[in-house]
Amino acid sequence: MKNRRLPLIAAAFLGVLAGGANALDVRAGVLRIDYSALLPISRYDLRPDDLAFAGAQLAEEDNATTGTFLGHSYETVTAAATPEGALDALDAMLGDGIRHIVVDARAPELQTLTDRAAQDGALVFNTRAPDAPLRSDACRANLLHIAPSYNMQADAVAQFAIWKQWKRWLLVSGSNPADRALADAYRHAARKFGATIVEEREFEDTGGARRTDSGHVLVQRQLPTFMQGAKDHDVVIAADATDYFAAYLPYHLWTPRPVMGSAGLRPVTIHGAHEAWGATQFQTRFEKLTRRHVMEEDYNTWLALRVLGEAVTRTSSADPRTVQDYILSDAFELAAFKGQKVTFRPWNGQLRQPILLHDGRITVSVSPQDGFLHQVSPLDTLGMDAPESNCTAFE
Amino acid sequence: MNLFLTAALCIAATGACAGKTFVSNERGNTISVIDTDSWEVIEEFDGGNRPRGITLSPDGALLYVCASDDDTVRVFDTASYEELYTLPSGPDPELFVIDPSGSPLYIANEDDNLVTVTDTQSHSILAEVPVGVEPEGMAISPDTKWVVNTSETTNMAHFISTDDYQIKHNVLVDQRPRYAEYTSDGRRLFVSAEIGGTVSVIDIAQDGTPTLTQKIGFDVPGVLPEWLQPVGVKVTQDGSRIFVALGPANRVAVIDGESLKVIDYIMVGQRVWQMAFTPGEQFLLTTNGNSNDITVIDVAREKAIKSIPVGQQPWGVAIMPN
Repeated sequence: MKNRRLPLIAAAFLGVLAGGANALDVRAGVLRIDYSALLPISRYDLRPDDLAFAGAQLAEEDNATTGTFLGHSYETVTAAATPEGALDALDAMLGDGIRHIVVDARAPELQTLTDRAAQDGALVFNTRAPDAPLRSDACRANLLHIAPSYNMQADAVAQFAIWKQWKRWLLVSGSNPADRALADAYRHAARKFGATIVEEREFEDTGGARRTDSGHVLVQRQLPTFMQGAKDHDVVIAADATDYFAAYLPYHLWTPRPVMGSAGLRPVTIHGAHEAWGATQFQTRFEKLTRRHVMEEDYNTWLALRVLGEAVTRTSSADPRTVQDYILSDAFELAAFKGQKVTFRPWNGQLRQPILLHDGRITVSVSPQDGFLHQVSPLDTLGMDAPESNCTAFE
Repeated sequence: MNLFLTAALCIAATGACAGKTFVSNERGNTISVIDTDSWEVIEEFDGGNRPRGITLSPDGALLYVCASDDDTVRVFDTASYEELYTLPSGPDPELFVIDPSGSPLYIANEDDNLVTVTDTQSHSILAEVPVGVEPEGMAISPDTKWVVNTSETTNMAHFISTDDYQIKHNVLVDQRPRYAEYTSDGRRLFVSAEIGGTVSVIDIAQDGTPTLTQKIGFDVPGVLPEWLQPVGVKVTQDGSRIFVALGPANRVAVIDGESLKVIDYIMVGQRVWQMAFTPGEQFLLTTNGNSNDITVIDVAREKAIKSIPVGQQPWGVAIMPN
């Protein structure tokens, strides 16, 4: 995605650069780890080849356009690797002199890559891993989280449920470690916002057929009986981080109730129909570039690189230390089509952002909900707050 | 007394000098026409797809509308409301400013990072100026030597010379700059930043060189700071007052032109964006996109006096010169 046109455009604007502006060449890497996985329940969730990279390309274009007025040029190198090949791919980027690296990986690989990057003074942006420990005991001084945590996702759903007065929850979770971690986030959210989990059930992942011709017949018979006999509840909260059963829950419950969480009303950073706050412009630019709808991985990567671009624009520096100090400072703010500026929690490197609640077609609501207040920012009602985090890397 | 006389004369002349206001309804795809004497909606006509920016020719004969999703500027007769022709605008025109002579139009192309300069006489494009990402706000200096464009994602005000259509200055402002407005003497420019929550004050030297001197912030008790989102800006002819539409805060801030301090907030409709003065600056009209109405503000009293329901999601407003 090197853009050979850019130096020419930059030259055209050299005459109008702000006094004292220095030419800068900003190089970033996007490293996506591809895990072997079963097909998703829905074809809508198939992962396109350019997933995340497409967001990087749009961000590079956005940053480069701004850069032309400042003498800053941007280049983004992308790589996809297996978990086993992740370190080699990172080493290649570091060896190439790249010190800003966006990583789309799960927590174990992210941690390994972050520590390796730290050895070379490189800054890492986490666009995928939602795990709580990464924002607490296992935080790292060179790791910024663009991706919302499980806690932010759960709190976004919980606030909406409370706003609706749906306070009695039936929590249905999966049996994989990630599903259980997500379920923990919902338990925490229930305590935090005053909901009651009247009952919990775990839907065991025993493998089995998906998307087969008759799969829906079995689902239609099995799920209602699994959901039978639950205590009175207002809403079903699904915690299925590994995407193996939650999508089947709506319409296959025993008691008709709304489903939220991993199915029904889902907490997302973006979806292809999000239009508010100028997002239509983001969507049309993305679609023009890629001929497909945006996915969360694309937006998260775009946002990571825009955070970098904004910091470079304001500091006129591409030095990872300078950039990170600015990003974590009070001065940093960025518009991200969410209706308010996104900023960072300086104590654990987490990006604060509103979470969209998406029903598969439209934005149903956006959290934080009205009335949930916090002494720093309403956005800090979503996810782990400073006193709850054991992160000391940023002190 | 004089005002009364004028009003009486207008009525006597069978409405010939009745003021008209045109409102673009972004979602309704229509233009609402309001009689500024009776404050009645007298007509609503098809404005093309996603009409946003709206302005008039200096003589008031022609109405220009950015039909964003049609990638064109539609031109209507302000008397008959008939569409006369379209002007080439470049893709996704959002907002524009017209030279006081009636030509050219300077059009922000939101999707293509361009400002298109369109000759309204020959109906041809004179220039395309590359600007930052998501250009929106447009202003022309009173001496017509400069056109300012604000780019919402690049967060700059770009100063384009009207001599050669080249950018001569760029000024970084806060997040999502939406609108730019000069004082009538051309010595100062205000740029609103919707997400930054500020209005940048940019002083303009004799030779046109801009210097960012300060930023004006807003504070309304009981309203979350996140909802104080400045969009439209209007400055009175004498520079004594600056009005700033604050979007989802549902208020218009009143700023003293001398001290640059906010002195009041006027409650208006929901999600207030663009504004326009009636001739003589007796009234200021605001478009309220979520309550689908227009608020009429009495400028001297700095009070909202009326709201007028219009079409779906009113965006821009243009008022006939007398």
